[in-house]
Amino acid sequence: MADSAAAPPKPSSSVKLVLLGEAAVGKSSLVLRFVNNDFQENKEPTIGAAFLTQKSHLPHRTIKFEIWDTAGQERFASLAPMYYRNAQSALVVYDLTKPTSLVKAKHWVAELQRQANPGIVIALVGNKLDLTDENAAASGGASTSEGSDAEGAETPETSGDARKISTKEGRAYAEEEGLLFFETSAKTGVNVQEVFTAIANAIPETQMKGAKGPGAAGAGAGQTALGSERVNLNQRAEGAKEGCAC
Amino acid sequence: MGHDGEESLATSEGEEELANDRRTSPPRDRDDESTIRGVKEEGAGASPKEESSTISQARSNSPETEQEYRPPLPPRPSNFGLLREGSYSPGSSLQRSKNTSRPHLQSTATTALSRTDIHTQSYQDGSRETFAASAQTTPPSKAIAAFGSIKRIKGFSGSEGGDSGSVRSYAPTLETGGDVESLLGEVLGASQESPAWRLHSTQNEAPDPFDSITYEDDETTVDFYREFDEISAVAADGENEEQLLNQWKSKRKHFLILSSAGKPIYNRHGDDNLISGYIGIIQTIISFYEGAHNQLKGFTAAGARFVVMSQGPLYLVAISKLGENDPQLRVQLEALYMQILSTLTLPNLTHMFSNRPSTDLRRPLQGTEPLLSALADTFTRGSPPTLLSALECLTIRKSHRQVINDTLLQTRCETLLYGLIVASGRLVSVVRPRKHSLHPSDLQLIFNMLFEARGVKAGGGENWIPLCLPGFNKNGYLYMYVSFISAYESIGEEEHERVNESGKPDDIAILLISANKESFYDLRKMRDALVDELEANGSMAIVRSAVRRGRPTATDIVPGTVLRHFLYKSRANVQFTMPSYEPSFTTLLARRRLLSLYHALHASVHAKNAHLKVHHCISRESISLAWVTPLFELYCVAGPQASRNALAQSANKVIQWVRKEEERVFIIGGAVSLNSLDRCTIYKKLTPPAARYSEQI
Repeated sequence: MADSAAAPPKPSSSVKLVLLGEAAVGKSSLVLRFVNNDFQENKEPTIGAAFLTQKSHLPHRTIKFEIWDTAGQERFASLAPMYYRNAQSALVVYDLTKPTSLVKAKHWVAELQRQANPGIVIALVGNKLDLTDENAAASGGASTSEGSDAEGAETPETSGDARKISTKEGRAYAEEEGLLFFETSAKTGVNVQEVFTAIANAIPETQMKGAKGPGAAGAGAGQTALGSERVNLNQRAEGAKEGCAC
Repeated sequence: MGHDGEESLATSEGEEELANDRRTSPPRDRDDESTIRGVKEEGAGASPKEESSTISQARSNSPETEQEYRPPLPPRPSNFGLLREGSYSPGSSLQRSKNTSRPHLQSTATTALSRTDIHTQSYQDGSRETFAASAQTTPPSKAIAAFGSIKRIKGFSGSEGGDSGSVRSYAPTLETGGDVESLLGEVLGASQESPAWRLHSTQNEAPDPFDSITYEDDETTVDFYREFDEISAVAADGENEEQLLNQWKSKRKHFLILSSAGKPIYNRHGDDNLISGYIGIIQTIISFYEGAHNQLKGFTAAGARFVVMSQGPLYLVAISKLGENDPQLRVQLEALYMQILSTLTLPNLTHMFSNRPSTDLRRPLQGTEPLLSALADTFTRGSPPTLLSALECLTIRKSHRQVINDTLLQTRCETLLYGLIVASGRLVSVVRPRKHSLHPSDLQLIFNMLFEARGVKAGGGENWIPLCLPGFNKNGYLYMYVSFISAYESIGEEEHERVNESGKPDDIAILLISANKESFYDLRKMRDALVDELEANGSMAIVRSAVRRGRPTATDIVPGTVLRHFLYKSRANVQFTMPSYEPSFTTLLARRRLLSLYHALHASVHAKNAHLKVHHCISRESISLAWVTPLFELYCVAGPQASRNALAQSANKVIQWVRKEEERVFIIGGAVSLNSLDRCTIYKKLTPPAARYSEQI
């Protein structure tokens, strides 16, 4: 790891994360990219929900994501509370090429703010950036805190660009609601690691579940443990830490 | 389900009817059984002949002389008298065979086969003549009912004794009186009549037609491979519509589901816009008959058989050019309907349509299409479990299975309803409450979801799936925990597997089903304990190596046999076993051909008025044998050069092998959890049929 000075193992903690969003916006593909660094065309719809885990290495600690990848179909909506109930973070995903998916995403955000943990960290993610013209341009990675993103703000309506929701529109909504905001492509991998890293950084350490032996994670929800080491919560993870697919 | 087979069979009325239908009495079954067991102990040499004697027609006057003398094939055209005799007197001949079934009275396999020569002949000489002969003996309507694979209908309709369905309960509803010829054409004269058979018979001059190589360069082969190609969407200007429609028409099998109001719900090929005209036509035809209180069951047009099933607010239509008969297609439609129920539950479905008859069901069913298509494609490829309404188990030693059962029971958590270990679509072990068995049709849905459709496996990770098991209870949801373990990775990389394994067909799945939707973490903990324990006691390695070994080939089972393939179904266990498709049936087409043959055999022996016990048929491609007793059904296929005797002897060897290996190839009993949940608790815990859609619709 980067900080070679730290001889003792870094504190690790687990974070429960839930993905929500309309059907076929790419929730499972985002997870597949994050967990396996893989992509499948024409993936079949998720049935029910899938539970996956993946470690994310930050400079001063290791975060074990426990990811609930839920199915987007309407008929599974009534099960969602079970998945977000104790979640510390949520990824609300929409499809940049499909306006209705943003409407659905807003519904999810509202439901989370109303019913989920008060401190839940929500990231709004516009997926399928590869279908738009600026898929290379917007790879800078953007959270709500950093404002200037000139080329993403305007949507060039050139041919071949399937984008229906401008970066501006998504960002404006995210800022209004205090959400992290990203535009990603699960297909090309653009910004996918960044989303998860940003979430890991945004979660206050006090909310994390304590480090435990593998396998026991997820058993005791709500248990908090302070890390032995103070870390700067606002520190941005740099590119070097990303893409480790262990 | 097999493990519950005995108790459910014993209690079901189907058993009785089945027995009546066969004009045998239950005591005789026991007799049969004990005789066979007795012989087995006496020595392998005597038993094949002995067993065949229990089913033989015993028409020959002196079995002892025939034992040495192998009669030549009877002259073909002159056997109709025999046919009539055969179909008149199965009961009495069985009685006689019972009397003669003593170890010392050995009637040879030849005797057993003598009447089936007629069927041979009917295949060779044309189905019409043969049919004419049988029509003289039975009224036409019965003759049609006769060709139903009756038992399977019941198998999917909620009865526990899956294969012991009542013949009579079904037969009167068959109203396809006008279609005698085509029906029989499919069954009896498949080689002459059915386009599907023609497709499959294009190489019939070849010496070894089942061999895959023979078909590789064949034009029609290419065509069948295209069966599963997607039809692209209609262009905005409708320019490619004609071409797409031709493509659509070239498919050999279609499934359509529509609402009784005529709204399309599902179709296997092409998008709804493309075939909306056809949907309209079929809806008009069906409702025309419905209006006349004369429900349409099926019809034949342009070489395709149309079978219609109406289930509450839904019409399901199967269109097949593959030569399946009505009951076989009906079973397939039933399975599709069960999938819809599994997604929605019955109360939800009826609620939606009673609120608004014009409901568009596609939206609530969103995401179910891949499951329906996976089922449909399984049927188009041909599926022994569906044909037999039975389940296949992984062959492992009885003691090994016992260890796995015990482990399941030990690690069992409170909320568990069913626990299953399944390896590449074959059941390894099951734990269940005492009073509940799993219905084969429910398992079919689960296996289809996990092993045929790619959705669950492709996601990796663990899954928590709400589903309704209609055979168990069609009113509520259960929750299924699924985790896959690769059959190819070594111990200790568990965490790794869980994440990285994205699904090979050979995976081992752990399924834990609960009625409590909050129990994911409990079941997950149980899964971890279970897998640890199975790894520790070596069971996982045993299962892995059994999966890697695959099915044995027919020649592994019976050395030197002429058999290319067989299906053996144990009726009591509702399970079947079969050898590997290798080496003879490696291609899609060869396999479809084989399954078509099995379908034809199955249809003939389950014909109600035929009372067939043994059906032997010879075609240019193969010789085959179907043999049905109250204990088992055996279907076997050999190459065209094999002799009848060799085939019959091999069949007997297979029976011996199964007797010997019974406790390995079948799960007998399964693990019953001691503190089983009683029915009330389960029903209380089931999610009430939520009026989930009321707000949207």
